[in-house]
Amino acid sequence: MVLLEARHIAKSFGHVAALRDVSLEVAAGEIVGLLGENGAGKSTLIKILTGLERHDAGDILLDGRSVAFSSPRQAQDAGIAAVYQEINLIPERSVADNLFINRAPRVAGLFINRRQMISDARALLSRYGLDVDPARTLRTLGLGTQQLVSIIRTVSLGARVVILDEPTSALSAHEVELLFGIVRTLREERVGVIYVSHRLSECYALCDRMTVLRDGVVALTEATARLPRARLIAAMLGRELVERSRSAQVVANDGAAAGSSDNVLHVEHLNWRRQVVDVGLDVRKGEVVGLAGLLGSGRTETMKAIYGAVTPDSGTVTIMQHRRHRATPARSLQDGLAFLSEDRRSEGIFSHLTVAENLSASMLRRIARWGIISRQRRDALVSEYVSRLGVKTGGSDAPISSLSGGNQQKVLIGRALSTDPSVVMLDDPTRGIDVGAKAEIHRTIADLASHGMGVLVTSSELEELVDTTDRLVVLDEGRVVDTLATAGHHADDVLAVIAGMQTAPSSAPAAEAGAP
Amino acid sequence: MSATLPASPRMPRPPPAAHRGAERRQRLFAVIQARGATVVLIVAALVAGLIFPAFLKPENIEDLTTAASFLGLVTLGQTFVIIMGGFDLSVGSMIGLGTVLAAYAAPYGVLAAFGAPLAAGALVGLVNGLLIVKARMAPFIVTLAALLALKGLAIVLAGESLIIADPGLFGRSANGALFGVGNLTIILLAAYAVAALVLNRTAYGSAVFATGGNEDAARMLGVAVDRTKLLTYMLSGTMAGLSGALLAAHLSSGISSAGNGYELQSIAAAVIGGVLLTGGVGTLLGALSGVLLLGMIENIINQIGSLSAAFQGLASGVFLLVAVLVQSGLTRQRSS
Repeated sequence: MVLLEARHIAKSFGHVAALRDVSLEVAAGEIVGLLGENGAGKSTLIKILTGLERHDAGDILLDGRSVAFSSPRQAQDAGIAAVYQEINLIPERSVADNLFINRAPRVAGLFINRRQMISDARALLSRYGLDVDPARTLRTLGLGTQQLVSIIRTVSLGARVVILDEPTSALSAHEVELLFGIVRTLREERVGVIYVSHRLSECYALCDRMTVLRDGVVALTEATARLPRARLIAAMLGRELVERSRSAQVVANDGAAAGSSDNVLHVEHLNWRRQVVDVGLDVRKGEVVGLAGLLGSGRTETMKAIYGAVTPDSGTVTIMQHRRHRATPARSLQDGLAFLSEDRRSEGIFSHLTVAENLSASMLRRIARWGIISRQRRDALVSEYVSRLGVKTGGSDAPISSLSGGNQQKVLIGRALSTDPSVVMLDDPTRGIDVGAKAEIHRTIADLASHGMGVLVTSSELEELVDTTDRLVVLDEGRVVDTLATAGHHADDVLAVIAGMQTAPSSAPAAEAGAP
Repeated sequence: MSATLPASPRMPRPPPAAHRGAERRQRLFAVIQARGATVVLIVAALVAGLIFPAFLKPENIEDLTTAASFLGLVTLGQTFVIIMGGFDLSVGSMIGLGTVLAAYAAPYGVLAAFGAPLAAGALVGLVNGLLIVKARMAPFIVTLAALLALKGLAIVLAGESLIIADPGLFGRSANGALFGVGNLTIILLAAYAVAALVLNRTAYGSAVFATGGNEDAARMLGVAVDRTKLLTYMLSGTMAGLSGALLAAHLSSGISSAGNGYELQSIAAAVIGGVLLTGGVGTLLGALSGVLLLGMIENIINQIGSLSAAFQGLASGVFLLVAVLVQSGLTRQRSS
C-alpha cells in the first residue's frame, strides 16, 4: 500500500531549476533510500514534503489524497515528520522535557506531571534501546546521543512517514546500530521511512529500495536486492559505467616515497571521528594530487584534518619535513601549508571589504612595519597577485562583492598564496563558477605546480579532477582505497575503482565503520 | 509491545570514569548556578546577624522584604523575559506611570486603583511584544523607546507627584498586615510561588524555556514562539504595573520618577540570581534571592549609618560583577 507519493514535482529558485520532474513513493513498512550528489535536489524534495517549501508543479498524495503543506506543523499533523542533520532541540532542558515538549502529561489539564513525564520518557527511551537518564540536561550528552533523542522524539509523535536526513553523520558506530534498530522498529510498525544518506553501505544494509536524484530528475529507482553498487554509483554521477581493467593504472602506494625529500606533504594514519579513517597520502614537489570520492567520502574532512581546522584524533602530518602530531592552522601555515576552504561565503570572504583588503588579510605581517600597514607595500603585493592570477577587477579598491564568483575565488587563492606556502590545499576551488573561470583556475593550478609548489585539490566533478591532476587518491567512506596515476586515463577508470570497492555490503554497519 | 522491540539488543555501555567525573562536575555547576545566590543570601544574612545584632530581628527582616517587594515584583516579570531570551527596559518607567495611574484612579475605588495600572502595564507589554514579534525589532530598542516614552507620559499626567487624598482600603492593601506579616511581603512571596509553578509546571513555562534556549528549534518543535513572547512581555508589563500600584498605595501618592533605574536593577537582580543573560536558564528562587541580596546591601549600609548611600551602588555593582564572573566561568566549564 502506497502511503506517500510525490508525482512529477518541479521547483525552481529564480532561474535555477532545483527539481525538474521528480516522483517518489513510500509504502507502509518500507525504507526508501534517497541518494544523490550535492545539488541533486534531495534537500529541496524533503523541504517540499515537510512543508518548508512549496512546489511549483506536481502533486503530493498521502493515502491517495492530494495534500499541500504550508508549514512543518501541518505536515507533522498530517503524519509526516522529519529529522534534520542539525539537532533541533533545547540544549539547556532535560531529555524528558525535550521528548515531551508541547505534549507533557498534565494534572487537571494545566500542571505538568513531572514524575509521569520522566517515567514516560524512560519507557520511550528504553523501548528504542537508548540508555540515558531522562532527567539529564540534554547539552551534557554527546552529539550522537542528542541526535538519537531527537530521532526518538520525532518517531514517537506517531508519524506515519518519517524522513531521516543524513542521520548518521554525528553518530558513533554503536549509535548507528541503535539508529538502525529504531528504523527497523518503524518498519515493523508499518511506518514509511525515507532515509537520506551518503554512506552507501548504510543504505545497502537498511533500505528496501533506493531512489537516486541527479540534476533535479530521478536517475534511478530500484529495489536494493537488484541494484549492484556500480550501477548505483554510475547513476549518482550520471555516467555509463564501462568495465575496464583496473590493474594497469593503479600505482602502488609506494612506501619508499614516504621519506623522500621530494615530499612537501606526507600524511600518515590520520583519523578524525569516523569520517577520516587511517588516511595516508603524499604530495611531492611540483605535483598536483587530487582527492577523489563521492560526496561524504571524507574529502573535505581529510583536508581539514591535515590543516588542523579540525583536531585529528590520531596520525601525523609532515609538512616540509616538519612532523606534527596535532596540527593547528597557525602551525600549518608556518610550516608552509595553505588551505582554501570549500565554503567561500562563510569561511573565506570578507564580503564588505575590498579586493585589496581581502587579498592582504593573510600577509598583514609582511606589509606592516611596527604594526602599521604600509599601503604602498600592500598595493604592490596586491597588484602582483592580481596580475599573476589574472583577476578581473575594476581596481584593487573595488568591493570584492562586485567580482564574479570565479574572480572572487582567484582573490582567495591569491590570499592563500600570499603566505608563501610550499604546498596548498584547494577544496573544490571551481565549485559554482562558470566554465571560463574554471579553465583559468586550472591554468593557475598548473602554473603553481610548474613553479614547484605541491597542490592537493578536490572537485565534485570527477572528470575535471582526472583531467587536471597528476595523481588521484581515491577515498571511500573516509578511507584511502586506491592511489592511481591519471595520465592517459578517463574518469570511468576512477569510477570503476570506487564502484569495484565493495559489491556485497555486510549487514553489520558497525563492523565496517571501523575505528570508533 | 514485545513485537515492536528493536532487533538490536540493548547494550548499555558504562561510561568511562573520566566521563563520569565530568558528568558529576557538570551537575555541580548546574546546582551552583541555580542555588548559589540563595546559599550566599542565607550565609550573608547569618554573618550580618552576627555583626549587626539588629539585622536578624523580625522587624528589620520585614523592613527589608517590604522595601524589596517593589523591585521583586518587577524582577519576577523580567526573569521570565530574560529566560525567554529578551529584555524589558520599559519596566522602570512603567512603575512610575503605574503609581500615577493608581493615584488618578484611587478615588474610584480600590479595584480601579489596581485595574488601571495593571491594564496599562499589560497594554504596554502587548505593544512591546507586537513590535518585537511582528515588526521584528530588537527588544533592547523597543523597550528602550518605551522607557523614554512612558517616563514622559507619567510627567505629562502628574508633573512630579500626585497625592492620594484618602487612600483608605487601597492604602491598607499595601500597608496592612495578615497574622503579623506585612501584606507586601505576603504578596511578594505568593507571587513568586505562583510564578515558580507557572514557569516549571505549565506548557507556557516550558515554552518560555524552549524559546530562550533555542528559538529556531522551539519553532521546529511546534512551540508557539510568537504567542509565548507576547504573553511574556505582557506579564512583565503587568508586573511593573502591579509594582507601581502597590508603591502608590504604600506612599499614598503617584510619583512620576518612581521606579527610575529599576529596569537595570531588575536585570541585575535576575543575573545575580543565576538567570543566564543569553536566555534558556534560570530559576525564580534564584531571582528572588538576587532581589533580597540587593535589598540586604541597602539595609546593611543603612545599619552602618555612617556610610553614604552612594556606597550602595558601589557594593551592588561589585556584587553583580562577581556574579557574572562566576556565571561565565561556569558556562565556560560546562561547555568545555
